[in-house]
Amino acid sequence: MEKILQVKDLELSFHTFGGEVKAIRGVNFDLYKGETLAIVGESGSGKSVTTKSIMRLLPEATSEFKNGEILFGGRDLTKLSDKEMQKIRGKDISMIFQDPMTSLNPTMPIGRQITEPILKHQKIGKDEAKKVAIDLLRLVGMPKPELRMKQYPHQFSGGQRQRIVIAIALACNPQILIADEPTTALDVTIQAQILELMKDLQKKIDTSIIFITHDLGVVANVADRVAVMYGGKIVEIGTVDEIFYNPQHPYTWGLLSSMPSMDAEDAKLYAIPGTPPDLLDPPKGDAFALRSEYAMKIDMEQPPPFFKVSDTHMAATWLLHPEAPAVEPPEMVIERMKKFPGSRYYEGSAN
Amino acid sequence: MARYIGKRLIYMFITLALIATFTFFLMKILPGSPIASADKLSPEQRAVVEARYGLDQPLPVQYFDYMFGLLKGDLGISINQFKGANVTDVILSRMGPSAQIGFQGMLLGTVLGILFGMVAALRQNTWVDYGSTIVAIIGISIPSFVFASMLQYWLGLKWDLFPVALWKDGFMSSVLPSIALAMFPLATAARFIRTEMIEVLGSDYITLAKAKGASGSEIAFKHAFRNALIPLITVLGPMAVSILTGSLVVEQIFAIPGIGEQFVKSIMVNDFSIIMGTTIFFSVFLIVVILIVDILYGVIDPRIRLSGGKS
Repeated sequence: MEKILQVKDLELSFHTFGGEVKAIRGVNFDLYKGETLAIVGESGSGKSVTTKSIMRLLPEATSEFKNGEILFGGRDLTKLSDKEMQKIRGKDISMIFQDPMTSLNPTMPIGRQITEPILKHQKIGKDEAKKVAIDLLRLVGMPKPELRMKQYPHQFSGGQRQRIVIAIALACNPQILIADEPTTALDVTIQAQILELMKDLQKKIDTSIIFITHDLGVVANVADRVAVMYGGKIVEIGTVDEIFYNPQHPYTWGLLSSMPSMDAEDAKLYAIPGTPPDLLDPPKGDAFALRSEYAMKIDMEQPPPFFKVSDTHMAATWLLHPEAPAVEPPEMVIERMKKFPGSRYYEGSAN
Repeated sequence: MARYIGKRLIYMFITLALIATFTFFLMKILPGSPIASADKLSPEQRAVVEARYGLDQPLPVQYFDYMFGLLKGDLGISINQFKGANVTDVILSRMGPSAQIGFQGMLLGTVLGILFGMVAALRQNTWVDYGSTIVAIIGISIPSFVFASMLQYWLGLKWDLFPVALWKDGFMSSVLPSIALAMFPLATAARFIRTEMIEVLGSDYITLAKAKGASGSEIAFKHAFRNALIPLITVLGPMAVSILTGSLVVEQIFAIPGIGEQFVKSIMVNDFSIIMGTTIFFSVFLIVVILIVDILYGVIDPRIRLSGGKS
């Protein structure tokens, strides 16, 4: 499969009054053409910062690339000038934001907000751009698009606004669409509609999607592959089945265990104990070790390298080291692993 | 919209009636008489003069006479300042210079203020930003008469660029008073625009505009500026007031034959009809400014487009 974006050894810091916050500490992943890669993790794990750094949307005065590269179309995005970045933003890579209530300009008619990137990146006239915008609105399921072009954001509901934001993002048929928690601010029924819409659109225009979320239910619904982030690093990456049914990293176990389940017998919801690490002074070993009941001595001393689980599946945990003692994952994870061919708990095909 | 303006006009009318009533009785409470050298006149002479201006009538009669005159647009006649001249004519003949320096001052102040504020916000925490903040603080804290005297001394006397206090050279004469009047609106606009631009530039829709590929100047002018203007409109009203009150002092200092100068003198000589007329004129002006400000809100911010109540 064709790699459309490669993030290599990316390290990024924020300069704050308190000191240097190492928000991204060596992130590696590839994005393939036409796939949806979900990045999951709790608040502060670096998932939003990673994608914003791809778009170079972080404040330049306070953020700094320390190492690594972001390769797109043969160019390293970390080294491009502002002018060159402007030509890529909205055209080749575009973004959908978390809160549709605040991400549209309140004093500009939505028609102009949609035609803006079209006029900017494509050599077409205003009337033509308007037609494209109306088609886009129709594509994202907005009724009577011609009439709504002149209306302002406050005249739309939250779900409709997110459809408009999606229309803006798709205006120039981007190769990569970054969706930063696009459904978090919406209520559940609208969430489902927006997710369906995104899946639909991806088939139609064949774009690659990076989907950031902390909602594993959403991940299972939309993603082809999943990257789990913790403490500014990816700790596990694999296909959606591998992450859900054969997880290897204790943090992924924790995440899966803290998913509410319909058929859980006791109603208690599991929560991962402790708090995320302070990235002003990141731990030198495995960042999750202090919260992990599976932590070993080496976890406190050395950061684990990536261990290959399969061709598509990697996890950064010392538990995968050949000399590590075998441990029992949480019961709930074992239940999942039983369904996964190739896992050590596999019980044969049930069907 | 028409209905809204209609409603506002009725309110304006009520406001004016209240202001007229209040001013009328306030003046009647004041000691002193509008009749020049009243104590030198014999009681008979005094009675004749008072009868001519209706001052011998009981207070309620005087009041209703005045209010009915007002309804007809009659502001009465000047008692002593412009002996017998129609107050409306006096005000109209004096309006030109005041309107000129007021308009020039307001325009200069807001345009420069917006510019300073924008540049300060876009170059936050640089010397440009600090410089504009200092200008804003000076503009707000130095009273216009001090500033006016400084202008007279440096630009008028020392460098001889503009007349010091002479209303004869047309535009050249209006430059110094306009600058003196512009300081307060300039400072206010600069502060408001800076704060608001910084906030707007940090908002989500600016990030989205950036994500569309908009350049720095497109973001500042196409997206941020209009949103940052909204709070400035709120202070346009008070700014108009500051121009008015400023003009009372500034016109005195620069010897400008405007309404302000004439208003101050009318108070000194107790000319009831001129004081009343000018107060009402200023009130109408301010009320209209406030109405315009409210309409402007809707033009700039679509979320508060005015509708005629429930439709």
